Amino acid sequence: MTTQPLLSVRGLQAWYGRAHILTGVDLVVGRGEVVALMGRNGAGKTTTLKAIMGLLDRRAGSVTFDGRDVSALPPHRIARLGLGYVPEDRRVFTDLTVEENLEVGRQPPRDGAPHWTPDRLYALFPNLAEMRGRRGGRMSGGEQQMLTLARTLMGNPSLLLLDEPSEGLAPRIVQQMADALRALKAEGLSILVSEQNLAFAAAVADRASVIEKGQIRFEGPMRTLLEDEAVRRAYLAV
Amino acid sequence: MSFYLVQFLSGLATAATLFLVSSGLTIVFGVTRIVNFAHGSFYMLGAYLGWTLVERWGSTPLGFWGAVAASALAVGLLGALMEVGLLRRLYRSPELFQLLATFGVVLVVQDAASWIWGSEDLLGRRAPGLRGSVDILDQPFPLYDLVLIGLGPLVLGLLWLLFNRTRWGTLVRAATQDRDMASALGVDPARLFTGVLFLGSALAGLGGALQVPREAVNLHMDMAIVVEAFVVVVVGGMGSLTGAFVASLLIGQLQAFGILVFPQITLVLVFLFMAVVLVIRPYGLLGRAEDAPPTAASPGPPLVAAAGAARWAPALLLALLAAVPLVAGDYALIVLTEVVILALLAASLHLLIGLGGLVSFGHAAYFGLGAYGAALLVKHFAAPMPLALAAAPLVAGLGALAAGWFCVRRSGLYFAMLTLAFAQIVWSVTFQWYGVTGGDNGILGVWPPDWAAGKAAYYWLTLALAGGALLLLRRAAFAPFGYTLRAGRDSTLRAESVGIDVRRHQWLSFALAGSAAGLAGGLYAFSKGSVFPTLMAVPVSVDALVMVLMGGIQTLSGPVVGAALFHLLETEAMSRTDWWRLVLGAIILVLVLAFPKGVAGFVRDLWTRGRDA
Repeated sequence: MTTQPLLSVRGLQAWYGRAHILTGVDLVVGRGEVVALMGRNGAGKTTTLKAIMGLLDRRAGSVTFDGRDVSALPPHRIARLGLGYVPEDRRVFTDLTVEENLEVGRQPPRDGAPHWTPDRLYALFPNLAEMRGRRGGRMSGGEQQMLTLARTLMGNPSLLLLDEPSEGLAPRIVQQMADALRALKAEGLSILVSEQNLAFAAAVADRASVIEKGQIRFEGPMRTLLEDEAVRRAYLAV
Repeated sequence: MSFYLVQFLSGLATAATLFLVSSGLTIVFGVTRIVNFAHGSFYMLGAYLGWTLVERWGSTPLGFWGAVAASALAVGLLGALMEVGLLRRLYRSPELFQLLATFGVVLVVQDAASWIWGSEDLLGRRAPGLRGSVDILDQPFPLYDLVLIGLGPLVLGLLWLLFNRTRWGTLVRAATQDRDMASALGVDPARLFTGVLFLGSALAGLGGALQVPREAVNLHMDMAIVVEAFVVVVVGGMGSLTGAFVASLLIGQLQAFGILVFPQITLVLVFLFMAVVLVIRPYGLLGRAEDAPPTAASPGPPLVAAAGAARWAPALLLALLAAVPLVAGDYALIVLTEVVILALLAASLHLLIGLGGLVSFGHAAYFGLGAYGAALLVKHFAAPMPLALAAAPLVAGLGALAAGWFCVRRSGLYFAMLTLAFAQIVWSVTFQWYGVTGGDNGILGVWPPDWAAGKAAYYWLTLALAGGALLLLRRAAFAPFGYTLRAGRDSTLRAESVGIDVRRHQWLSFALAGSAAGLAGGLYAFSKGSVFPTLMAVPVSVDALVMVLMGGIQTLSGPVVGAALFHLLETEAMSRTDWWRLVLGAIILVLVLAFPKGVAGFVRDLWTRGRDA
């Protein structure tokens, strides 16, 4: 319908207590696009995603999602507009079963976004199908990561904010995760994924934004980042 | 045999009421983490509303049960209103602030109920159709109580279905565990919490309305039930409905049979039982470690010793206070003496809460031990005042040393309830040991000698001793001892990993706080000339807590400011109106909403902001 991007972030600032973490982040995610937010530990990736989602007490700047200014909305209102957030620390509800975890994420179907049901998600993540009645606290890290993603998909988001999905997972699970993300992209979902793992990002993302010290330092196609060793060395090398 | 069966059944009936009320409390606590003192007030309101409606409609069974249900719903709506108008604004405040707010509600409801229904006990109508009794092994047993016995498991079952088989229940359980995550998934936590407060308060109201045919409705029902309900919740394991049910059954039986076996210690049996359960099972019968409540640790800015001119503020204040007798009359001096004593009491409690992260619900015990220690010496050994005053902190300190050894082994609300248990034990011993303590007649004639008998002289003496103790407490806060306490508060694990014995320091701070409170108690005894068991009763512990919270736990001056504010407001309100609880409660509510960081914290913020700018 328009060429207007799905998510547009301008001059986003955020604080933890008195610490000024983001000093001005600019980001754009187009419809159907997968963007990797790359950077070192402590560069501000997680903070950026949390600030977009409204999860921080103090933030400034503009966040436009689907043509609406969401920078002053509380998290549940933002989520109900179709922005799905998957935290890095796998915050599954440990006391709830897999089915109940999915139920918490459920929202009505949304125009212009894929519609998910538990059965469709069990098809996407076969592991979960085998443990519907198991409590979240009794799952492995990889299973929890899948459940966190599936739970957010139950809200039928049009854009997914995905925080370090590959962190701390076994290589086989990382591969599954990459496959799942490509499947989601094929469904037409837009994704903003924060990553440190360049190979993983390269496998799923169209474009990359590199963050360092609370600002975006590089922005361009994934391929350019892969070829530009100077940028990689300056902002990503450990 | 049949006698015991009937006794057993009446224990079950008590348990049913107890379960209704404590299930509401445990639900509200589990979800919102708020220690809701107002829960007992909702129970009382349910009873009063139930009385009124039953008088009006209660001649038919339908009318009676309709009246009970309507009372429960009305009280539930009040609970929802409290969430929307009050608690919702405080979710980002330190946890204890919500406790203070609910205490404001307690005071307001007290006077509102007394205004609407009067202070006379109200005897309600019996339930139509259930007035008689049935013979159980030739012993009569009230039919109505049999219905109550059935109601307990029924409510448990319904609640279980609600929480495990409905979407609402699933969302509530999710938000209970991780509020932020639930809201990032599109769940509005505020609306859920309103619903939870409705449900919990309605259960309290139901419990109250169901009491109308069983006992007279009166203005003391609120505190009595809320303390018992807390015991049930803690014994059962916080947030556990089944635990609350089991604990209600046990405590119901304890009350039914305890009175036969140990008539001397009926008042403490329940608290002894709780203490034993907590020593054996740290998180209650069915509680789990991860459900343990957070402690008082506030993420606020750390304490810093004042620099520059502000450093001299305490000395300046002392000098100013010392000069007051030159201009003030006797009445003002009496009030001011009390303020200074209460400031010491509040500051000693703040040592535990603010620095140690240990919230005590039973600090009055040490105030009372100090007062009684001094008074008993005077009465039985005709000890001179200086000796009695020296003994006060000693007696209280020893008491705190003994109680603290148990208490510091638990944290959070479990710690709080243990301190309450010890305070209740001390209180009931004092209350029931007529031979030594005089029971509720107290001990009279504890007057200072001539040289300190003048109002100004005693004021100066109080100022010197309490002021000295206050300075000592302040010194402790900035000594390595204070840093160690704060380290233990902020992260026990990290503190222990650098070699600090956190528990030992908490134990010592408990004893230190206890002996400071004891000195305050001793000074109080001589200022009044008498001591009574009420000095160590729950209301005094709550008052001390309110003073600390009102002033703000993030500053050392907070408790002092809070004590002055609270006592002056209370004295002033009492002298002007019979409805002083209403006034005081309303003021507390306004203060909580206007200064979510406490008064002293607010002033300090203004000060630092002014300097940053």
